Amino acid sequence: MIIAVASGKGGTGKTTIATSLALTLASDRPVLFLDCDVEAPNAHLLLKSSFNQRKDATLLVPVIDESRCGQCGTCAEVCQYNALAVTEQRVLVFPEMCHGCGSCALNCAWGAIREVPRGLGILESGNTPAGIRVACGLLNIGEALAVPVIRQLKASTPARPGETTIIDAPPGTSCPVVEALRGADYVILVTEPTPFGLHDLKLAYELTRELGLPAGVIINRNGIGDQRVDDFCQHVGLPVLLHIPMDRAIAVGIAQGIPLTTLKPDYRPLFRQLLLTIAGVRP
Amino acid sequence: MKIAISVTAPKPGAAFATRFGRAPAFVIIDTNTDDRQTVANPAARAGGGAGIRAAEFLIRQGVEAVISGAFGPKASDVLRPSGLRLYRAASGTVDDLVARLLKGDLDAVEDA
Repeated sequence: MIIAVASGKGGTGKTTIATSLALTLASDRPVLFLDCDVEAPNAHLLLKSSFNQRKDATLLVPVIDESRCGQCGTCAEVCQYNALAVTEQRVLVFPEMCHGCGSCALNCAWGAIREVPRGLGILESGNTPAGIRVACGLLNIGEALAVPVIRQLKASTPARPGETTIIDAPPGTSCPVVEALRGADYVILVTEPTPFGLHDLKLAYELTRELGLPAGVIINRNGIGDQRVDDFCQHVGLPVLLHIPMDRAIAVGIAQGIPLTTLKPDYRPLFRQLLLTIAGVRP
Repeated sequence: MKIAISVTAPKPGAAFATRFGRAPAFVIIDTNTDDRQTVANPAARAGGGAGIRAAEFLIRQGVEAVISGAFGPKASDVLRPSGLRLYRAASGTVDDLVARLLKGDLDAVEDA
Protein backbone atom coordinates (compact mmCIF):
# COMPACT_ATOMS: atom_id res chain seq x y z
CA MET A 1 0.00 0.00 0.00
CA ILE A 2 1.35 3.39 -1.01
CA ILE A 3 -0.12 6.49 0.62
CA ALA A 4 0.95 9.88 -0.72
CA VAL A 5 0.53 13.08 1.27
CA ALA A 6 0.11 16.10 -0.98
CA SER A 7 -1.36 19.58 -0.99
CA GLY A 8 -1.93 22.34 -3.46
CA LYS A 9 -0.82 25.11 -1.13
CA GLY A 10 2.59 24.91 0.48
CA GLY A 11 3.03 25.01 4.25
CA THR A 12 -0.26 23.34 5.09
CA GLY A 13 1.32 20.52 7.09
CA LYS A 14 2.12 17.72 4.62
CA THR A 15 5.25 16.68 6.46
CA THR A 16 3.54 16.95 9.85
CA ILE A 17 0.85 14.54 8.62
CA ALA A 18 3.16 12.22 6.65
CA THR A 19 5.56 11.77 9.56
CA SER A 20 2.70 11.21 12.03
CA LEU A 21 1.19 8.56 9.76
CA ALA A 22 4.55 6.85 9.40
CA LEU A 23 5.21 6.87 13.16
CA THR A 24 1.69 5.58 13.90
CA LEU A 25 2.09 2.73 11.43
CA ALA A 26 5.65 1.93 12.46
CA SER A 27 4.63 0.77 15.92
CA ASP A 28 3.41 -2.50 14.42
CA ARG A 29 4.35 -2.83 10.78
CA PRO A 30 7.26 -2.10 8.42
CA VAL A 31 7.16 1.37 6.90
CA LEU A 32 9.07 2.99 4.04
CA PHE A 33 9.06 6.79 4.04
CA LEU A 34 9.99 8.61 0.82
CA ASP A 35 10.65 12.33 1.11
CA CYS A 36 9.85 13.39 -2.45
CA ASP A 37 9.77 17.12 -1.65
CA VAL A 38 13.22 17.32 -3.23
CA GLU A 39 13.39 21.12 -3.32
CA ALA A 40 13.07 21.28 0.46
CA PRO A 41 13.11 17.82 2.04
CA ASN A 42 12.64 18.16 5.79
CA ALA A 43 10.92 15.01 7.10
CA HIS A 44 14.27 13.85 8.52
CA LEU A 45 14.05 16.70 11.04
CA LEU A 46 10.93 15.13 12.55
CA LEU A 47 11.78 11.46 11.98
CA LYS A 48 15.39 11.89 13.22
CA SER A 49 16.58 9.93 10.22
CA SER A 50 20.16 8.77 9.92
CA PHE A 51 21.25 8.32 6.34
CA ASN A 52 23.97 5.78 5.63
CA GLN A 53 23.74 5.53 1.85
CA ARG A 54 24.16 8.30 -0.63
CA LYS A 55 24.28 8.41 -4.41
CA ASP A 56 23.95 10.95 -7.18
CA ALA A 57 20.78 11.59 -9.12
CA THR A 58 21.85 12.21 -12.69
CA LEU A 59 20.52 12.87 -16.16
CA LEU A 60 22.17 11.86 -19.45
CA VAL A 61 22.86 14.95 -21.55
CA PRO A 62 24.45 15.21 -25.01
CA VAL A 63 28.05 16.09 -25.76
CA ILE A 64 28.87 16.78 -29.42
CA ASP A 65 31.96 15.39 -31.09
CA GLU A 66 32.56 18.23 -33.55
CA SER A 67 34.98 16.18 -35.64
CA ARG A 68 32.14 13.80 -36.54
CA CYS A 69 29.22 16.27 -36.62
CA GLY A 70 27.70 16.82 -40.07
CA GLN A 71 25.87 20.02 -39.01
CA CYS A 72 22.65 18.53 -40.39
CA GLY A 73 20.48 20.04 -37.66
CA THR A 74 18.52 16.86 -36.92
CA CYS A 75 19.44 16.85 -33.22
CA ALA A 76 18.03 20.34 -32.67
CA GLU A 77 14.98 19.51 -34.75
CA VAL A 78 14.04 16.44 -32.71
CA CYS A 79 14.74 18.11 -29.34
CA GLN A 80 11.40 18.91 -27.72
CA TYR A 81 13.05 21.10 -25.09
CA ASN A 82 15.18 23.33 -27.36
CA ALA A 83 18.34 22.23 -25.60
CA LEU A 84 20.36 22.21 -28.84
CA ALA A 85 21.04 24.90 -31.44
CA VAL A 86 22.81 24.19 -34.71
CA THR A 87 24.58 27.28 -36.00
CA GLU A 88 26.97 27.62 -38.92
CA GLN A 89 30.00 27.33 -36.67
CA ARG A 90 28.97 24.59 -34.29
CA VAL A 91 26.26 22.81 -32.34
CA LEU A 92 25.50 24.55 -29.05
CA VAL A 93 24.25 22.44 -26.14
CA PHE A 94 22.29 23.90 -23.22
CA PRO A 95 22.49 21.07 -20.68
CA GLU A 96 20.16 22.82 -18.21
CA MET A 97 17.37 22.69 -20.81
CA CYS A 98 17.85 18.96 -21.53
CA HIS A 99 15.33 16.48 -20.13
CA GLY A 100 17.54 13.49 -20.98
CA CYS A 101 15.20 11.84 -23.49
CA GLY A 102 18.07 10.69 -25.72
CA SER A 103 16.32 11.57 -29.01
CA CYS A 104 19.31 13.60 -30.26
CA ALA A 105 21.77 10.74 -29.85
CA LEU A 106 19.30 8.21 -31.27
CA ASN A 107 18.69 10.31 -34.39
CA CYS A 108 22.27 11.45 -35.06
CA ALA A 109 23.32 9.87 -38.37
CA TRP A 110 26.95 10.85 -37.78
CA GLY A 111 27.47 9.13 -34.45
CA ALA A 112 28.60 12.49 -33.12
CA ILE A 113 26.55 12.55 -29.92
CA ARG A 114 27.71 10.94 -26.73
CA GLU A 115 25.56 11.09 -23.59
CA VAL A 116 27.20 11.90 -20.29
CA PRO A 117 25.65 12.07 -16.81
CA ARG A 118 24.93 15.50 -15.37
CA GLY A 119 24.39 15.68 -11.60
CA LEU A 120 20.95 16.96 -10.56
CA GLY A 121 20.99 16.19 -6.87
CA ILE A 122 21.56 13.45 -4.36
CA LEU A 123 19.58 10.48 -3.04
CA GLU A 124 20.04 9.44 0.57
CA SER A 125 18.64 6.46 2.42
CA GLY A 126 18.78 5.06 5.92
CA ASN A 127 16.64 4.42 8.98
CA THR A 128 14.98 6.16 11.90
CA PRO A 129 14.99 5.31 15.62
CA ALA A 130 11.37 4.13 15.21
CA GLY A 131 12.55 1.58 12.63
CA ILE A 132 11.19 3.39 9.59
CA ARG A 133 13.18 2.85 6.41
CA VAL A 134 13.71 6.32 4.90
CA ALA A 135 14.89 7.73 1.60
CA CYS A 136 15.18 11.35 0.62
CA GLY A 137 15.99 13.25 -2.57
CA LEU A 138 17.74 16.61 -2.56
CA LEU A 139 17.77 18.71 -5.71
CA ASN A 140 20.89 20.81 -6.33
CA ILE A 141 20.44 24.53 -5.68
CA GLY A 142 19.49 26.37 -8.87
CA GLU A 143 18.46 23.15 -10.61
CA ALA A 144 15.02 23.11 -12.25
CA LEU A 145 14.58 19.40 -12.97
CA ALA A 146 12.98 17.87 -9.88
CA VAL A 147 11.14 15.12 -11.78
CA PRO A 148 14.13 12.87 -12.59
CA VAL A 149 15.35 13.15 -8.99
CA ILE A 150 11.93 12.03 -7.69
CA ARG A 151 11.72 9.26 -10.31
CA GLN A 152 15.19 7.96 -9.38
CA LEU A 153 14.42 8.22 -5.66
CA LYS A 154 11.33 6.04 -6.08
CA ALA A 155 13.07 3.58 -8.43
CA SER A 156 16.12 3.17 -6.23
CA THR A 157 14.10 2.55 -3.06
CA PRO A 158 11.30 0.10 -3.91
CA ALA A 159 9.05 -1.08 -1.09
CA ARG A 160 9.86 -4.49 0.34
CA PRO A 161 7.07 -7.07 0.66
CA GLY A 162 4.71 -6.12 3.49
CA GLU A 163 6.02 -2.58 3.76
CA THR A 164 3.60 0.35 3.72
CA THR A 165 5.00 3.32 1.81
CA ILE A 166 4.36 6.90 2.89
CA ILE A 167 5.24 9.51 0.28
CA ASP A 168 5.76 13.12 1.32
CA ALA A 169 5.01 14.94 -1.95
CA PRO A 170 6.16 18.40 -3.02
CA PRO A 171 3.59 21.22 -2.80
CA GLY A 172 1.68 22.41 -5.85
CA THR A 173 0.15 20.51 -8.76
CA SER A 174 2.93 20.51 -11.35
CA CYS A 175 5.11 17.74 -12.83
CA PRO A 176 7.11 16.94 -9.64
CA VAL A 177 3.82 16.33 -7.79
CA VAL A 178 2.55 14.10 -10.59
CA GLU A 179 5.80 12.11 -10.44
CA ALA A 180 5.52 11.80 -6.63
CA LEU A 181 1.88 10.61 -6.79
CA ARG A 182 2.43 8.15 -9.64
CA GLY A 183 1.74 4.63 -8.38
CA ALA A 184 0.09 5.74 -5.13
CA ASP A 185 -2.99 3.85 -3.88
CA TYR A 186 -4.42 6.80 -1.97
CA VAL A 187 -3.71 10.53 -1.73
CA ILE A 188 -4.21 12.53 1.45
CA LEU A 189 -4.62 16.21 0.60
CA VAL A 190 -3.65 18.50 3.45
CA THR A 191 -5.15 21.96 3.44
CA GLU A 192 -6.12 24.83 5.69
CA PRO A 193 -9.52 26.53 5.91
CA THR A 194 -8.49 29.74 4.14
CA PRO A 195 -9.24 31.14 0.66
CA PHE A 196 -5.71 30.13 -0.47
CA GLY A 197 -6.12 26.70 1.06
CA LEU A 198 -9.44 26.20 -0.71
CA HIS A 199 -8.22 27.52 -4.06
CA ASP A 200 -5.20 25.22 -4.11
CA LEU A 201 -7.15 22.26 -2.72
CA LYS A 202 -9.45 22.51 -5.73
CA LEU A 203 -6.45 22.28 -8.05
CA ALA A 204 -4.96 19.37 -6.12
CA TYR A 205 -8.33 17.57 -6.11
CA GLU A 206 -8.58 18.02 -9.90
CA LEU A 207 -5.09 16.53 -10.22
CA THR A 208 -6.04 13.41 -8.23
CA ARG A 209 -9.11 13.02 -10.44
CA GLU A 210 -6.99 13.40 -13.57
CA LEU A 211 -4.66 10.70 -12.24
CA GLY A 212 -7.58 8.50 -11.20
CA LEU A 213 -6.43 8.30 -7.58
CA PRO A 214 -8.75 8.11 -4.57
CA ALA A 215 -8.27 11.05 -2.23
CA GLY A 216 -9.34 12.40 1.15
CA VAL A 217 -8.69 15.65 2.96
CA ILE A 218 -7.14 16.64 6.25
CA ILE A 219 -8.01 20.18 7.31
CA ASN A 220 -5.13 21.50 9.36
CA ARG A 221 -5.15 24.64 11.53
CA ASN A 222 -8.90 24.35 11.68
CA GLY A 223 -10.59 27.44 13.11
CA ILE A 224 -8.39 30.05 11.46
CA GLY A 225 -10.73 30.56 8.52
CA ASP A 226 -14.23 29.56 7.52
CA GLN A 227 -16.38 26.59 6.52
CA ARG A 228 -15.79 26.81 2.80
CA VAL A 229 -13.24 23.96 2.58
CA ASP A 230 -15.68 21.63 4.40
CA ASP A 231 -18.49 22.82 2.15
CA PHE A 232 -16.43 22.21 -0.98
CA CYS A 233 -15.46 18.71 0.14
CA GLN A 234 -19.07 17.86 0.91
CA HIS A 235 -20.19 19.31 -2.41
CA VAL A 236 -17.80 17.21 -4.52
CA GLY A 237 -17.98 14.12 -2.29
CA LEU A 238 -14.38 14.34 -1.10
CA PRO A 239 -14.12 12.71 2.35
CA VAL A 240 -12.75 14.89 5.15
CA LEU A 241 -10.63 12.45 7.12
CA LEU A 242 -9.57 14.66 10.00
CA HIS A 243 -9.71 18.19 11.38
CA ILE A 244 -6.66 19.35 13.31
CA PRO A 245 -7.46 22.51 15.25
CA MET A 246 -5.15 25.51 15.23
CA ASP A 247 -3.00 24.99 18.29
CA ARG A 248 0.05 27.07 19.08
CA ALA A 249 1.58 24.19 21.05
CA ILE A 250 1.65 22.07 17.87
CA ALA A 251 3.39 24.84 15.92
CA VAL A 252 5.96 25.33 18.68
CA GLY A 253 6.60 21.57 18.92
CA ILE A 254 6.96 21.05 15.15
CA ALA A 255 9.37 23.99 15.02
CA GLN A 256 11.47 22.13 17.60
CA GLY A 257 11.44 18.96 15.52
CA ILE A 258 8.88 17.09 17.65
CA PRO A 259 6.40 15.01 15.59
CA LEU A 260 2.70 15.66 16.15
CA THR A 261 2.03 12.15 17.47
CA THR A 262 4.82 12.54 20.05
CA LEU A 263 3.69 16.00 21.02
CA LYS A 264 0.02 15.02 21.25
CA PRO A 265 -0.29 11.22 21.66
CA ASP A 266 -4.09 11.67 21.52
CA TYR A 267 -3.67 11.93 17.75
CA ARG A 268 -2.35 8.36 17.44
CA PRO A 269 -5.77 6.68 17.64
CA LEU A 270 -7.13 9.32 15.24
CA PHE A 271 -4.45 8.50 12.68
CA ARG A 272 -5.05 4.76 13.24
CA GLN A 273 -8.73 5.26 12.55
CA LEU A 274 -7.92 7.36 9.50
CA LEU A 275 -5.65 4.64 8.11
CA LEU A 276 -8.43 2.08 8.65
CA THR A 277 -10.91 4.31 6.89
CA ILE A 278 -8.83 4.99 3.82
CA ALA A 279 -7.90 1.51 2.75
CA GLY A 280 -8.60 -1.18 5.25
CA VAL A 281 -5.00 -0.91 6.43
CA ARG A 282 -4.85 -2.39 9.93
CA PRO A 283 -2.08 -0.69 11.80
CA MET B 1 22.26 43.91 -44.67
CA LYS B 2 19.47 41.62 -43.46
CA ILE B 3 17.75 42.89 -40.29
CA ALA B 4 15.14 41.08 -38.18
CA ILE B 5 12.74 43.05 -35.97
CA SER B 6 10.50 41.33 -33.42
CA VAL B 7 6.80 42.14 -33.95
CA THR B 8 3.51 41.28 -32.24
CA ALA B 9 1.78 39.46 -35.13
CA PRO B 10 2.72 37.63 -38.32
CA LYS B 11 1.15 40.27 -40.58
CA PRO B 12 2.27 43.49 -42.28
CA GLY B 13 2.06 46.58 -40.12
CA ALA B 14 2.30 44.66 -36.82
CA ALA B 15 3.64 46.58 -33.82
CA PHE B 16 7.14 46.16 -32.38
CA ALA B 17 7.42 43.32 -29.84
CA THR B 18 9.65 43.98 -26.86
CA ARG B 19 10.57 40.34 -26.16
CA PHE B 20 12.83 38.38 -28.47
CA GLY B 21 12.34 34.65 -27.87
CA ARG B 22 8.56 34.68 -27.58
CA ALA B 23 7.86 37.41 -30.11
CA PRO B 24 4.96 36.18 -32.26
CA ALA B 25 6.78 37.08 -35.49
CA PHE B 26 9.75 38.78 -37.10
CA VAL B 27 9.91 41.26 -39.96
CA ILE B 28 13.00 40.49 -42.01
CA ILE B 29 14.23 43.45 -44.02
CA ASP B 30 16.95 43.46 -46.66
CA THR B 31 18.25 47.02 -46.49
CA ASN B 32 19.91 46.75 -49.90
CA THR B 33 16.74 45.91 -51.81
CA ASP B 34 14.20 47.13 -49.21
CA ASP B 35 12.55 43.76 -49.63
CA ARG B 36 10.68 42.80 -46.47
CA GLN B 37 8.81 39.74 -45.32
CA THR B 38 6.99 38.89 -42.10
CA VAL B 39 7.59 35.40 -40.75
CA ALA B 40 5.96 33.69 -37.79
CA ASN B 41 8.36 32.83 -34.97
CA PRO B 42 8.36 29.00 -34.70
CA ALA B 43 9.41 29.32 -31.05
CA ALA B 44 6.71 31.76 -29.93
CA ARG B 45 4.83 29.08 -28.00
CA ALA B 46 7.73 26.84 -27.06
CA GLY B 47 7.50 25.19 -23.64
CA GLY B 48 11.05 26.27 -22.90
CA GLY B 49 14.14 27.43 -24.75
CA ALA B 50 12.18 29.81 -26.98
CA GLY B 51 15.15 32.18 -27.26
CA ILE B 52 17.41 29.35 -28.40
CA ARG B 53 15.01 28.18 -31.09
CA ALA B 54 14.15 31.69 -32.31
CA ALA B 55 17.85 32.54 -32.55
CA GLU B 56 18.60 29.40 -34.54
CA PHE B 57 15.69 30.23 -36.85
CA LEU B 58 16.98 33.74 -37.62
CA ILE B 59 20.52 32.47 -38.22
CA ARG B 60 19.10 30.09 -40.84
CA GLN B 61 17.30 33.03 -42.46
CA GLY B 62 20.68 34.67 -43.00
CA VAL B 63 19.90 37.59 -40.70
CA GLU B 64 22.87 39.77 -39.71
CA ALA B 65 21.33 42.14 -37.17
CA VAL B 66 18.36 41.82 -34.78
CA ILE B 67 16.32 44.57 -33.12
CA SER B 68 14.19 43.66 -30.10
CA GLY B 69 13.28 44.99 -26.69
CA ALA B 70 15.26 42.44 -24.72
CA PHE B 71 17.38 39.37 -25.44
CA GLY B 72 17.65 36.52 -22.95
CA PRO B 73 21.09 35.13 -22.09
CA LYS B 74 20.58 31.88 -24.02
CA ALA B 75 19.40 33.71 -27.16
CA SER B 76 22.52 35.89 -26.94
CA ASP B 77 24.67 32.77 -26.52
CA VAL B 78 23.36 31.46 -29.83
CA LEU B 79 23.19 34.73 -31.80
CA ARG B 80 26.45 36.42 -30.91
CA PRO B 81 28.97 33.63 -31.64
CA SER B 82 27.34 33.44 -35.09
CA GLY B 83 28.28 37.06 -35.65
CA LEU B 84 24.80 38.61 -35.46
CA ARG B 85 24.64 42.09 -33.99
CA LEU B 86 21.91 42.71 -31.41
CA TYR B 87 20.21 46.04 -30.86
CA ARG B 88 17.82 47.06 -28.12
CA ALA B 89 14.95 49.48 -28.57
CA ALA B 90 12.04 50.46 -26.33
CA SER B 91 9.46 51.19 -29.02
CA GLY B 92 8.96 52.35 -32.59
CA THR B 93 7.49 51.34 -35.91
CA VAL B 94 9.41 48.98 -38.16
CA ASP B 95 10.30 51.86 -40.56
CA ASP B 96 11.40 54.07 -37.70
CA LEU B 97 13.56 51.31 -36.17
CA VAL B 98 15.28 50.55 -39.48
CA ALA B 99 16.00 54.28 -39.96
CA ARG B 100 17.39 54.60 -36.44
CA LEU B 101 19.59 51.53 -36.88
CA LEU B 102 21.01 52.85 -40.16
CA LYS B 103 21.68 56.25 -38.53
CA GLY B 104 23.49 54.52 -35.64
CA ASP B 105 20.88 55.65 -33.12
CA LEU B 106 20.16 52.23 -31.54
CA ASP B 107 22.00 50.74 -28.56
CA ALA B 108 24.07 47.74 -29.52
CA VAL B 109 24.00 45.00 -26.88
CA GLU B 110 27.56 45.04 -25.52
CA ASP B 111 29.62 42.00 -24.64
CA ALA B 112 28.65 40.61 -21.27
